[in-house]
Amino acid sequence: MAVMMEEVLPKQAGPSRTGDNGPVRLELSTADGATKIFGFWMFLVSDVLLFASLFATYVVIYTHTADGPTAAHLFGHDTAGFLAETLALLTSSFTCGLATWEMHQGRAGRLKMWMGITILLGLVFLGLEITEFRDFVGQGATMQASAFLSGFYTLVGTHGAHVTMGVLWMSLILYQLARFGLNAVTARKFFIVGLYWHFLDIVWVLIFTVVYLTGVM
Amino acid sequence: MHRSSRWKSITALMAGVGAALLTAGCGEEIRVFQPAGPVARSELQLIWLQMGLTAVVIIPVILLLAWIVIRYRNKPGNRAVYQPDFAESRTLEFIWWAIPIVIVGILGGVTLHKTYALAQSPQPDKTPLKIEVMSLNWKWLFFYPDQKIATVNYAEIPTDRPVQFVLTANGPMNAFWVPNLGGMQYTMPGMATSLWLQADQAGEYYGHGGNFTGPGFTQMQFRVVAKPESDFEAWVRQVANGAPDMSRGEYDKLVQPGTLGELSFSSYPDGIFEQTVMDEGGKYMEHDRKMLENMMSHS
Amino acid sequence: MGDGLANTAGHFFVTGDPLIIGSDVAIVLVSLGIVFVLTYFKKWKWLWREWLTTVDHKKIAIMYLLAAILMLFRGGVDAELMRTQLALPNMKFLSPEHYDQIFTTHGTIMILFMAMPFIFAMFNAVVPLQIGARDVAFPYLNAISFWLFFFGALLFNLSFVIGGSPDAGWTSYPPLTELQFDPGVGENYYLLALSISGIGTIATGVNFIATIIKMRAPGMTLMKMPLFTWAVLGTCIIILFVFPVLSVALALLLIDRLFGAHFFTMMYGGNPMQFINLFWIWGHPEVYIAVLPAFGIYSEVVSTFSQKKIFGYKSMVASIMAITIIGNLTWVHHFFTMGAGPAVNTFFSISTMAVAIPTGVKVFNWLMTMYRGRITLSLPMMWALAFIPNFALAGATGVWLAEAPTDYQYHNSYFLVAHFHQALIGGVVYGMLAGMYYWWPKMFGFKLKEKYGKWAFWFFNVGFYVCFMPQYILGLMGMQRRMYTYPADMHWTGLNFVSTIGAYLMGIGFLFIAVQIIHSLLHMEKDLTGDPWGGRTLEWALPSPPPHYNFAVIPHVTARDEWWERKRRGEQDAFLPRPEAIHDIHMPKNSGVPFLMGLCFFIAGFGFTFGWMVVGALGLLGVLACLAHRSLDQHPDHDIPAEEVRRTEAALGRL
Repeated sequence: MAVMMEEVLPKQAGPSRTGDNGPVRLELSTADGATKIFGFWMFLVSDVLLFASLFATYVVIYTHTADGPTAAHLFGHDTAGFLAETLALLTSSFTCGLATWEMHQGRAGRLKMWMGITILLGLVFLGLEITEFRDFVGQGATMQASAFLSGFYTLVGTHGAHVTMGVLWMSLILYQLARFGLNAVTARKFFIVGLYWHFLDIVWVLIFTVVYLTGVM
Repeated sequence: MHRSSRWKSITALMAGVGAALLTAGCGEEIRVFQPAGPVARSELQLIWLQMGLTAVVIIPVILLLAWIVIRYRNKPGNRAVYQPDFAESRTLEFIWWAIPIVIVGILGGVTLHKTYALAQSPQPDKTPLKIEVMSLNWKWLFFYPDQKIATVNYAEIPTDRPVQFVLTANGPMNAFWVPNLGGMQYTMPGMATSLWLQADQAGEYYGHGGNFTGPGFTQMQFRVVAKPESDFEAWVRQVANGAPDMSRGEYDKLVQPGTLGELSFSSYPDGIFEQTVMDEGGKYMEHDRKMLENMMSHS
Repeated sequence: MGDGLANTAGHFFVTGDPLIIGSDVAIVLVSLGIVFVLTYFKKWKWLWREWLTTVDHKKIAIMYLLAAILMLFRGGVDAELMRTQLALPNMKFLSPEHYDQIFTTHGTIMILFMAMPFIFAMFNAVVPLQIGARDVAFPYLNAISFWLFFFGALLFNLSFVIGGSPDAGWTSYPPLTELQFDPGVGENYYLLALSISGIGTIATGVNFIATIIKMRAPGMTLMKMPLFTWAVLGTCIIILFVFPVLSVALALLLIDRLFGAHFFTMMYGGNPMQFINLFWIWGHPEVYIAVLPAFGIYSEVVSTFSQKKIFGYKSMVASIMAITIIGNLTWVHHFFTMGAGPAVNTFFSISTMAVAIPTGVKVFNWLMTMYRGRITLSLPMMWALAFIPNFALAGATGVWLAEAPTDYQYHNSYFLVAHFHQALIGGVVYGMLAGMYYWWPKMFGFKLKEKYGKWAFWFFNVGFYVCFMPQYILGLMGMQRRMYTYPADMHWTGLNFVSTIGAYLMGIGFLFIAVQIIHSLLHMEKDLTGDPWGGRTLEWALPSPPPHYNFAVIPHVTARDEWWERKRRGEQDAFLPRPEAIHDIHMPKNSGVPFLMGLCFFIAGFGFTFGWMVVGALGLLGVLACLAHRSLDQHPDHDIPAEEVRRTEAALGRL
């Protein structure tokens, strides 16, 4: 692998590349890995724009309630729900960070453990969110009721769909780590899904602020 | 020889096209160049200015291009200078960064001034006439809130008096355009936009929808008739006394998709314009709501 | 029962219009013909192995190019139909409904399914070669991009025969495009086809940014990069910033239509203006996405055929980046007439005019590149030269349109139509044709013969002015865009008739390009030099077409016009590989999964178009399966042994 990487990407050095401060981290140790991580950052830029557009639309229409439920009414009755969601997701970001740290220490077992916990917390978050949506729909607050609710379900739902993808993806990487062990390829794969996970956390913080807090206040 | 005959045929074709353009084009049919009021005239002034200033750049570009291509053609015996490494000149580059900046600066200044001016009445000292315009699928409905009359697909206005058109749509978004009187403004559901126009010559002006709204869009033509104030008032009296009423049911029928000729109504359901704007989202738009409230309080 | 079925089929397949039935028949015949030829010559395997599963940027480029030319034909036929309908007043050639569909598909196809694949053909054909790389950063993703484009375009074109085409303009403004006013499936086709190909476009943007930033040959610093590559970098940055916004606009409108939401409806608090904002936040930068690569091509062509260094390289780079940034701040000029207020309108007037500054600088720099050069008027150069006066006019009218007070008079009239056709044809199409002629030998290994190409050039150019100059005047006379006919008493007849003649001339020009390509295929004149034009950049140091792995040994770059400088110093041989320097080459494996993934997206898109949620969901599950398959693939790459590389190079006469 090493030799050929050098052939494909002559600018970058081989696998045992060392920086000024000791050995380079595993996920960046091949040129291929470094390029893929760079590419993923670029993808995240486009995802930022995607959420920015959704947020902008939500901000434009969130007062357009068409005589249906308002944000204050809807979220005010269920503050515990979205606080729990926030807690689950923030914690999962922290455990994902712990997993990365363990990976850099080369401890594959703990890496897998923290990944498992992260996935579980992701599932908890999704469960809470689905319950919340079902509650709202039960109160007649459907997506079809007003522009505000269309915006709410779409923005929060898009984030939820991202988290679902994240859970599936991280499970797939966990399987690969179990099967093939920790190497430059699996390290890079985990690192990328970790970036994705932290990104979703940041988006959630914005949703928490713009949708829930603003709504309640 | 081959080359010259080709050029001849191209020249002949161009001349033919030019002649066609001139015969078709000259005279009053180029409506944007035939302003019948201060708004269109002010816009035309800027058109001449922008044409002049951009010509300063594009004419030299085209001439330079022709000269360079002829002069530096790769032909045996061409003794023009060849400098394959001549690739930098601060002076020259400074010039062509600077010229466009200056031009854009001038045009930007004029644009600033005119954009603000056009948002105001062309003659603030005169009492304006107010007309509420609603685009429907596929017809134009005009309400005269002070005269309490309404028309379809034509509007009459007095000369030498500013007219404020307040525009909305009950249906897909369209645009209101009377090229002889001045530029266009969108009509949008749930919003009320404003357009100031004024005619200082009596006459009949062509108007058309500016934004596609479906299969009947092509038929969304209307007339604006400008006449002296006294004639205008006579027309208002005639409509108020002679034309039928517009009931709520009649209005609902007008909203249905279809095309129509010209109609006049001696009355219309009170507040129907404002109510339509509010129902379709105007209540969420502070700006539009205020404008409408203003208009209501005046009328 | 039988009746019911026939009825359903009658709604499903578009019938009744002789034009459409004719096309149906033609499509069936052509498809059968292709199947027959492939079977008869036993080419199915070849098609699958060499093309459908390829991840080679050079082959993907060829597929993009073919698709773009095909779509240019389809969009061009739409244009000819429209111009025929408008040749005389009160024509009954097309019904209003049919006309509405045709102007919608014309615009959508030309911008998204002609211009975009055309620029991607150029990206793929050139960028890796110009920067001394063996492929793009993510070849597999590159194949996915292509197949998403392909199946998006297929879905869009399918609307013509199944279910009905979209008919609300390529801008697709709500509330006209909401169910209330537009209940058919046509609009769904538009939304889904554009969404699918849009995902591919974002991936292309990511891919080429990573390629250019991470994969340049040693020594090629950013300021030694060829200008085309710079233009691609700028383009991809814009793609990355604006295509997600389009995706959101389309998705929200689709949610309105499929699930009864109220983002852009008239009632229940929907806000149609928000769609228009989102659409143009993408829509205007899209113009720069299309035109920046063309600018890059002009820079390469003008410099090569003047045998001279590009003038003001640093200014050229600066202006590309200035356009990249300012281009994102101009979108409101598409709706000055919305009443956003004078402050907003003035800001966007000035930001729009500001784009003219770097553009003007580029034009002067091209002129100065030719000045004191040695100008050869071959086809790429002819198109580049024809571009300059054309774009000077387009730029001038662009500045006029940019000023809000006069835009009130030009907006949505034929003046606007003439302007953007001049910018997009004179700027983009001319550039792409110049690029196609220029890099054709590199892509295919033979040159296009000039004879019919010159006919094409003159017909197309004269036709262009005859077609569009009258439209400027028609706009000033008050003729609106998107009218399917006009009254006889408006004095619009003469100019419309002339314009139609121009459109026919352009059509003849296009046919000459087709004839030229066929003629050149039949009387093939192979390019054995690899450098038929006296090129300046790295791609011309390779044989035509280059071997699968491009560079047997990655070159070291020392100068801006590396190949030109080497030739000047008589060091051409520096790029020939020494046998001992050749090692195993690591390359990605071919894969059929990108094709299957595109197919799954197509199935999903088709299902959602007709509201068949189960089919749609199954398609999306297929997409997920493809993603998982890729993640689990432990051996996506393989090695080409050094010995095989040596043999290939020797066969090319390079050892």
